[in-house]
Amino acid sequence: MIALLLILIPLVAGFCSFGLKQGSSAKNFSLLISIITLVIALFAIGSPTGGSYDSAWLTDLGSRFTLKLDGMGKMLCLLTAVSYPLIFAAVYKNEYKNPASFFGLMLLTQAGLMGVFLAADALLFYFFWELALIPVYFLCSLWGGEKRIAVTFKFFVYTFIGSLLMLVGILYVYFHTADHSFALQSFYKAQLSNHQQSYVFWLFFIAFAIKMPIFPLHTWQPDAYEQAPTATTMVLSGVMVKMGVFAVFRWLLPVFPNAAANNSFVIIILSVIGMLYASLIAIKQDDIKRLIAYSSIAHIGLMCAAMFTNNKAAFDGVMIQMFFHGVNVIGLWIVADLIEKQLGTRKLSELGGLAQKAPAMAILLVVMALANVALPLTNAFIGEFLMFSGLFQYNLFIAAAAGVSIILAAVYTLNMVQSVIYGNLNTVTEKATDISLNVKLVLVIIAITIIVFGVFPQPMIDLTKTSVEALFVKK
Amino acid sequence: MNAIIFSAIMGVVMMFSGILLQKKSAVTTTAIVSLILLLSMNLLDSYSIFSINVDTHDLLHFNKFGLFFNSILIAATLIFVMLCGSDIEKTGVNVADYYALIFFVLCGTSILTSFNGLLMLFLGIEIMSIPLYILTGAEKRNLKSNEASLKYFLMGAFSTGLLLMGIALIYGATGSFSLQVSSTMAVTAGAMPTSFLQIAGLILLFVSMCFKVSAAPFHFWTPDVYDGAPSVFTSFMATVVKAAGFFAFLNLFESNTAILGPSWKILLSFVIVATLLVGNITAVFQQSIKRMLAYSSIAQAGFMLFALYSNNDLAKEGILLYAVAYCLATIGFFAILIKVKDYTFDGFNGLAKAQPVLAFTGVVFLMSLAGIPLTAGFFAKYYMLASVVKSGGSLWIVLVAVLFAAVSVYYYFRVIQSMYFKEGVPEISSITPNFKLGLILVASAVILIGVLPSIVLNWFYF
Repeated sequence: MIALLLILIPLVAGFCSFGLKQGSSAKNFSLLISIITLVIALFAIGSPTGGSYDSAWLTDLGSRFTLKLDGMGKMLCLLTAVSYPLIFAAVYKNEYKNPASFFGLMLLTQAGLMGVFLAADALLFYFFWELALIPVYFLCSLWGGEKRIAVTFKFFVYTFIGSLLMLVGILYVYFHTADHSFALQSFYKAQLSNHQQSYVFWLFFIAFAIKMPIFPLHTWQPDAYEQAPTATTMVLSGVMVKMGVFAVFRWLLPVFPNAAANNSFVIIILSVIGMLYASLIAIKQDDIKRLIAYSSIAHIGLMCAAMFTNNKAAFDGVMIQMFFHGVNVIGLWIVADLIEKQLGTRKLSELGGLAQKAPAMAILLVVMALANVALPLTNAFIGEFLMFSGLFQYNLFIAAAAGVSIILAAVYTLNMVQSVIYGNLNTVTEKATDISLNVKLVLVIIAITIIVFGVFPQPMIDLTKTSVEALFVKK
Repeated sequence: MNAIIFSAIMGVVMMFSGILLQKKSAVTTTAIVSLILLLSMNLLDSYSIFSINVDTHDLLHFNKFGLFFNSILIAATLIFVMLCGSDIEKTGVNVADYYALIFFVLCGTSILTSFNGLLMLFLGIEIMSIPLYILTGAEKRNLKSNEASLKYFLMGAFSTGLLLMGIALIYGATGSFSLQVSSTMAVTAGAMPTSFLQIAGLILLFVSMCFKVSAAPFHFWTPDVYDGAPSVFTSFMATVVKAAGFFAFLNLFESNTAILGPSWKILLSFVIVATLLVGNITAVFQQSIKRMLAYSSIAQAGFMLFALYSNNDLAKEGILLYAVAYCLATIGFFAILIKVKDYTFDGFNGLAKAQPVLAFTGVVFLMSLAGIPLTAGFFAKYYMLASVVKSGGSLWIVLVAVLFAAVSVYYYFRVIQSMYFKEGVPEISSITPNFKLGLILVASAVILIGVLPSIVLNWFYF
C-alpha cells in the first residue's frame, strides 16, 4: 500500500495543481506534497520487508498492477523523493509563467518516475516509462529556452523510438513466458535461446541506451539539457537518466543473461568511447549547462560500462552512484541556474570573480565540483572506485582508457570552477549577490550528503545489497 | 437482421422528416433519436433478445462478432452526429437528405458486418458507397467538393468493376457465392485447373478491398477525396466507413488465404509496408491538417491490416479495439478541426490559450492516434503488434511498423506544437458548452479505454 501511495500522491496532487490559482499557492502546494512523499518514502525504506502492492489490471492480457519495493527500487525511490523537495526549494524564488501547470507537470513526472522504479510488471513498467516522458515534453516545450520546440521534439522522438522497440521486445518475451504473463518473475523465468536473446536484447538495450544516454545515441541530451527549464533539467539528469541504468539491472541483465555476457565487450567499448568523447567536448564548452550535460554523459558512460562487467563490486558501485550522481548533479544545476538567473549569462568566458561577491556559493560550488571529479572523501569517489575496480578486473586496457576520463573530468570541472569563482570581477559579475537562504539550505544539504556519505557510505551499500546478490544468484 | 431493416426504414423516415420539420435542429434531433433506436435494436439482436429473422438462404450470417462490430459503428455514428450535428446543418440546405444518406450508409455497413456470400459483399459495398459519393459532393457550390465527389465516384466504380470481376471468376471456379464453399474448395482442390481462376479472383477481390480501405498502392484517391469533401463527412468517411471496409476485408480473407499459399503473406506484407510508408512519410510533408489527417488515415490503415496479416483471435479483438479507438479519436479531432476556420498548421497557433478545452481534448485525440500509452490508441496498436508477434516468426514487419509509428509522432505532435507552443489568434466559429462537454466525454472515453481496454472487450464476450 505504501508503494502505491508513492505514485498516487504525486499523481493526484499533480492533477489537483492544475486547478490551483496562479501565484505562489502552486509552489507551496507542490513543495508540501514533495515533502510528504519524501516522508512516506523514508518510511517505506525503513520498513524491513519493503512495500508491495498487487491488484488485478488487465487480466485477459496477463498483466497485473504489481508494485514491488526491493533494495534497488528503494534506492531510486529515495533519490526521486529526495530530489523533488530539493529542486522545489531551490527554484522557490524563480518566477514561472503559469506556475500551477508547471508544478503540476513536475509532480506528474515524479509519479511516472516512481512508477518506473516500482513496477514489477513489464506492461506497467512500459506505461510508467511513457508517463514520465509526456509531462517532460510539455515542461520543456512550454518553459524552455529559445530553441525549445525543435530540441524537445528531438528528445521526444528519440525516446519514443526506443520505447517502441522495447515494447516489441516486451511482447516477444511475453509470448515466450511459460504462463503468458508480464510479471517480473515470469520474465526472469522466460526460456529464450541464445539466438533469440541476441536480438531481443538489443531491442531493450537501445531503449535504455537512449535514455541513459550511451554513445552514439546521446545526441539529444546536451541540447535538451541546455534548452529545458533548469528545474526540469535537474529532474532529467538527476533522476530520469537513472531510469535507463535502473532498467538495465531490473529488466535486461536478469532476462537476457547470456546476451548480456556476449555483448558486454561491445557495450563497454561504446561506453568508454562515450566517456572520453564527452569529456573532451566538455573541456571545450563555454556554456555551463552544456558542460554539465557532457560531464553527465561521461559519468553515465562509466555506470553503463560497469554494469556489463558482471562484477559484484562494480554493481555495488553503480547502485550507489545512481543515487550520489543524482544528488550531486542537481547541486551543479542549481548553481548553474543561480548564475544564469542572476547574471543573465551562462558563458564561462563572461564570468569570473564570484568568490568575492558570493563566498558561500563559491565554497559550496567547490565541494560539488570536487564530487564531480570524484575526489576521495566525496561520495562520488566510493562509487567510481568500485566501478573502476570492476572494470579493472574485466579488462586492464579498457580500465586504463576509462581512467583517462577521471583526469579529463578534473580538467573541465576545475576549469569551470576557476572561470566562475576566481579571477577578476567584470562588468557582468559586478552586480552579483550571494545566494538566498532557500538555495543555501539546499546546497548545504547536498554538500553534507557529499561529505557524510563520502566518509561513511556503508548504509547505502547495504540498502542495495540484496538486489546485487539477487543479480548473481540468477546466474 | 434488425440493423439492416431499421437503418433502411429510418433512412426513408429521415428523407420525409425534411418536409415535415421546419427547423434544421429538429432534423438533427430526429436523427439522434433514430440512431439511438437503431443502436438499441442492434444490441437487442446481438444479445438475441429480439431479432427479426428472414431466411436469406445463408447469404447473411449473423454472429456476435459482426453484430458487436456493427454496434460500434452505429455508436460511432451517434457520437459523430451528436458532436458535429450543428456543422452538418451548416453544410447545405438539404440537411434531412444528408441524414437519410448516413442511414443508408449504415444499412450498407450492417450488410458488410454480416455477409456470408460474395453477392452480399458486393451489395453491401455498393449500398455503403453510393450515398457517400453524394455526401462527398454535398457542398454543391464548392469546386473542390465536386471534384472530390467525381473522383471518388470514378475510383469507386473502377474498384467495383474489379470486385465484380473477381466475384465472377470465383463463381466460375467454385460454382458458389458462399465464402465457406470457396474456402473448402481451396483446401481440397488445390491442384485443380479451376484454382487458377480462383486465385485470380481472390487477387482481384484483394485489390478492390485495398481500394476501399485506401491501402497503398491503391490509395491515390484518398487524400483528394478526404480533402475535398466537406469536413464533417470526411470525418464520417474516415472512421465508420473505413472500419466497415476493414471488417469486410477481414471477414472475406479470414478463411480464404490457404489457396494463395505463402505468397499471400508476401503480398500482404508488401501492401502493409507500402501503406505505412506512403501514409506516414507523405503526412510529414503536409501543410494542411485536414490533408495530413487524410494521409494519417492511410497510415492507420497500414496498422489495421496487421489484423489480416496475423489472422488470430488477438487480431479479432485488436480490430475491435482499433475501430473503437480510431473512430473516437478521429471523430473527436475532426469535430475540433471543423470549428477552426484555417486548416493549416498555423491556423491552430495559440489554440491552447483561446480554447483550452478544445486544445486539451485535441491533445488526447492526437496522442491516441499516435499510440501513446494511457490512451485507447496505444492498446489498439498494442493488440495489432501482439497478434503479429504471437503468430510467430516475422519480427521484422513489427519493427518496421513501430518505426513508422515513431514517424507518425512527428506530424501528430506538430499540431500539439501549434496549439500549445506557438503564439497566435486562431479563428474559431462559435462553440457551445454542450459541444465542449461532448468533447470532454469522448476524450475521457479515450483515456478510460486506454487504462482499461477490457471494458470494450469484456462487453464483446459478455
